[in-house]
Amino acid sequence: MSEVLAPGGPQAAHIAQLWWLMLAICAFVFIAVTLALGCAVLRARRATSETAPESPSTSGEKRVGLWVKAAAALSMLLLVILLGASVMTDRALARLPLDDALVVHVTANQWWWDVVYEDAQPDREFRTANELYLPTGRPVIVKLDARDVIHSFWIPSLTGKKDLLPGRTTTIQFRADKAGEYRAPCAEFCGLQHAFMTLDVVALAPASFDAWADAHRAPAATPSDPMELRGRELFVSGSCMLCHAILGTSANARSGPDLTHVASRAHLASVLPNTPVALAAWITDPQVAKPGANMPAHFLADADMRALLAYLGTLR
Amino acid sequence: MSTDLEALRDGGGWDSVVAPLLDRTWRDKPGFIAWLCTVDHKAIGRRFVFTAALFFFAAGVMGGLMRHQLAEPDNSLLGPDFYNQLFTMHGTTMMFLFAVPMMQGMSVYLIPLMVGTRNTAFPRMAACSYWIYLFGGLTLFIAFAFNTGADAGWFAYVPLAGPQYGIGRRADFWNMLVNFTEATGLMVAVDIATVILKMRAPGMSLQRMPLFVWASLVTSIMIIFAMPTVMFGANLVQMDRSAGTHFFNPAEGGDVLLWQHLFWFFGHPEVYFIFIPGLGFVSEIIPTFARRPMFGYDAVVLSMIATGFLSFGLWVHHMFATNLPELGKSFFTAMSFMIAIPTAVQMFCWIATLWTGRLNLRSPLLFVLGGFIVLLIGGLTGVMVGSVPLDLQVHDTYFVVAHLHYVLIGGALFPLMAAFYYWFPKVTGRLMNERIARWQFALFFIGVNATFFPMHELGLNGMPRRIYTYAVETGWGTLNMAATIGAFIVDLSMLMFVIDAVRSFLRGQRAGANPWGASTLEWSTSSPPPPFNFIALPVVSSRDPVWSRNEGAPTHVSGLQTSTREGLVTTVLDAIPDVRYEYPAPTIWPLVAAAFIILWLVWSIFSLQGALWGMIPPAIAFIAWFWPRRDETAQGAAVEKRP
Repeated sequence: MSEVLAPGGPQAAHIAQLWWLMLAICAFVFIAVTLALGCAVLRARRATSETAPESPSTSGEKRVGLWVKAAAALSMLLLVILLGASVMTDRALARLPLDDALVVHVTANQWWWDVVYEDAQPDREFRTANELYLPTGRPVIVKLDARDVIHSFWIPSLTGKKDLLPGRTTTIQFRADKAGEYRAPCAEFCGLQHAFMTLDVVALAPASFDAWADAHRAPAATPSDPMELRGRELFVSGSCMLCHAILGTSANARSGPDLTHVASRAHLASVLPNTPVALAAWITDPQVAKPGANMPAHFLADADMRALLAYLGTLR
Repeated sequence: MSTDLEALRDGGGWDSVVAPLLDRTWRDKPGFIAWLCTVDHKAIGRRFVFTAALFFFAAGVMGGLMRHQLAEPDNSLLGPDFYNQLFTMHGTTMMFLFAVPMMQGMSVYLIPLMVGTRNTAFPRMAACSYWIYLFGGLTLFIAFAFNTGADAGWFAYVPLAGPQYGIGRRADFWNMLVNFTEATGLMVAVDIATVILKMRAPGMSLQRMPLFVWASLVTSIMIIFAMPTVMFGANLVQMDRSAGTHFFNPAEGGDVLLWQHLFWFFGHPEVYFIFIPGLGFVSEIIPTFARRPMFGYDAVVLSMIATGFLSFGLWVHHMFATNLPELGKSFFTAMSFMIAIPTAVQMFCWIATLWTGRLNLRSPLLFVLGGFIVLLIGGLTGVMVGSVPLDLQVHDTYFVVAHLHYVLIGGALFPLMAAFYYWFPKVTGRLMNERIARWQFALFFIGVNATFFPMHELGLNGMPRRIYTYAVETGWGTLNMAATIGAFIVDLSMLMFVIDAVRSFLRGQRAGANPWGASTLEWSTSSPPPPFNFIALPVVSSRDPVWSRNEGAPTHVSGLQTSTREGLVTTVLDAIPDVRYEYPAPTIWPLVAAAFIILWLVWSIFSLQGALWGMIPPAIAFIAWFWPRRDETAQGAAVEKRP
C-alpha cells in the first residue's frame, strides 16, 4: 500500500530507512511528552477561579527547572542524531554508482510527459510519451525539462522528487532493482489536469528492456489492410498531424505526445485504459475524460473513426 | 486580591469624578457615521476579529467542499477549474484573510489593555488598515463570485500565475489581494510595535511585560521584515502580467525560482507569525488556570525571540525539490531542526507550570491542552519534512497537508479558541456556556484528528496535493472518506461554537471584571472595558500586576487631561513616563483613503493608466486626513501640549 515505504530501488530504500528511524524517535518523543503532560494534569491539585494565586518555592522551581533543562538537552541530542542521519542519507543518495547509466530526457508539458531515450549514436535515440520503461539493476539518469509551467517528477517507490523548471535543466538519478510497474504522478501543481498527469513506470529485466527498446526504435510499419491505410491517410492529411508525430509517416509535429507505438501503451492520456472504445471517446471529446486537456475535439464520421482506430491499433 | 484590583482602579472606580469626564471625551458619538469614523482600538479589534471569523467560515466551507469532492474516487461533484479556485481561495483566505488579521485583531484589542494605555499608538492608521483589509478581502471574494477566483494556489507559482499560463484576471486579483493584506499587516504591525515599545504603563519594564505582549512584539517585528518581500514579488508578477516585464520569464532571461525565494522568504516566517501569537495566548492562559506565574518567563521570552530570528532561515525547505545546491539545502535542514528547540522549550515550560500549579480545568485550559497534543504532532512531522531526503518523498503530498494543518490548528486555532473562551467575558461582559464548551472541545479535538491524521498515510501512499480527483485503483478512497467524516465533526463543533457565542452574547451569565482571577491589566478594568479603558492609567510594580505589587508603590497615574484624549508615552526599556501624548480624534478619512486605495489598485488591474491616475484620490484623502484643524491646535495650546 505505502508506496514510499515499499522501495523498488536503493534510493527509495535509503529514504525508507531514514523514515523508520525518524518515526521511532518522533514516536518516543510524542509518548514521553504526552505522558509528562498527562501526569502534570492528573497529579496537580485542583483549583477554582477564586483560588488565591501563589508563587512557588524557589527550591521547587529549581528542581523542575532541572527537568526542563534535561528535556531541552535531550531534544537537542535527538535532533543532532536525526540531523546526522539525514545528512548521511543525503550522502548515500548522492553516491549512487552511475557507471553505464541509461540517460533519459523527460520533458513535462501541460499535461503529458515527453520521454526521449538518449544514445551516443543519434540513430539509436527514440521517443515515447507518458511511459518510462527502465532496465532493472542499471542506474538511470533522467534529465528534466519543462516546456510550460513547473512540474515535478516523482516515482514514490523508486526515488524522491525533482522539479521540472522552465529554463533550468535538472537531473535525477536512481535505479530500479525490482521489476514491476510503478506510478509516477506529477507532484507540483501545474494547472487544470495536474490530477491526471501520471507517468507509467515499468521496470523490466535487462533482456526484456532491450527487446522493448528495439521495438520502439523501429518506425511504424506501413499497414497492409485497406481500412488501416485509410486510417493512416486520415491521420496524415487531417488535423492529427498538426500536433502528433508517427515515425515512418509524414506526421512529425511535437506539440502533442508521439504516437509511433501508441497501441503498446497501458493508458491513454494517463486517464483512460488503452482500448479502442476509450480511444474513440477520447478523440471525439477529450474534455469528458480530462477537462482542460489541450487536445481539440474531433467529430469524425463513423467509417472514418473506425479506420483511424484500426490504424492506430496497428502502432504497437 | 480584590484590594489590588480596587487599587489599580484609582480607588474611586465608577463613582469618581473623572469617569464621566473621560467618558464624554472618549465615547464615540451615536449614529452610523460616527460608527464608521471610530478610532477606538476595541471597536477596530472587534471588527478585525469578527471579519476574520467570517472569512474563516467562508474558507472552512471551501475546505468542506473539497473534502466532499475527495470523499470518494472519480467524484464528479466539482470540476478541476472550480476545484483549483477552491483550494487557492481556501489557502489564500486562511493565510491572508483569516490567520494574520485574526491574530493582529486580537492584538489591536488586547495589547493597549494589557499594557495599560487608552488606545493604540496610531488609531487612525489602525482604522485605515481595517478598512483596507475588509474592502480588499471583499474584492477577492467578489472576483471569485464572478468566476475570477485565483486558481494558481495560495503560493501562486510562476509561470502558472504568470502572463502566459495564468488566464484572465484571476492572478491579478490575487496579486492585489497580497497588496491589500500586506499593507494592512504592515500598518497594524507598526502600530502594535509602537504601543508595546512606547506606551506601556509606567513601571511595566520589558521584563514585566505579559507574554502575549512579547508574542505580539516579536510577531510585529517579524511582519515588518517579512511582508515587504511578498508584496515586492507580487508586484513584479503583476508587472510581468500587465506591463510586459520579464522578471520571471526564462525565455527573456528571467527566472522562475526568483518568485519562490521571494514568496517563501515571507511564507515561512508567516507560519511563525501565525502561531507565535497562539503560543502567547497559551502562555497567558496556562498561568491563570494553574494559579501561579508562568514557569521560565525568561526562557519563554527568549524562545519566542529565537523563533522569530530562526524563522527567516528556513524558507528553502519549501524548495528542496528544485535544483538548488545540495550542500546548501543541508543548511536549511539544520535550521529547520534547530527551530524545533525554542518551541520545545516553551512546551516544557508549560508542562512545568501545569505540573507545579493547582489546576482550574475550565474550557480555555482544555483547548490549550488539546492544542498542545495537536501542535506536538505537527512539530514532530515538521522535523520529518525538514530533512532533505525525507522531504523529497513527502513534499507536495497529503503528508504535508496533514503536517501544516496540525501545526496551524494546534499552534494557532486551538489557542485561538482558548483565547475566545478566555477573553469573551472581557469583551462582551458575559461568560460562555461551560458545558457546551466542553462538548465543542471534544468534538473539535476528535474531528481535527480524524480529518488530518489519515492524510499522513495518504501522503506515504503517494497521493499528491491539489488534485481534484483520483482513480479507484489508487486505493486512496477509504482514508479520504475517513478524513471527510472528520471534517463533518469539525463543522459540527464550529456550529456549536457559533450558536454558543451568539447565545452567550445575548443572554450569557454576567462576568465581573476578572472572572478567571487572572493577573494581567486588562482584567483590572470593567468588562467590557469603557471607551477610555482605564479610569486612571495603572502603574505596574510586578510581572503579575493584579496578583501582586510592591507595597508603597504608586498604583496609578494622575494629572492627565480628561478634556482631551491624553495618554502617556514611556521609555522603551523601563517604561519611565516620558511625555504626554494626545491621541487623534475620530475621522472619516481613514475609511475614504482605504476605499480609494482599493479603487486605485483594482483599476490598475484593468489599465496601466489606472495605476498612475488612480494614485490621485488616495493622495487627496491622505492630505485631508492630515490637514491641521484650528480647534485642535487651539485646544492643544490651551492644555499646554507644547509650549
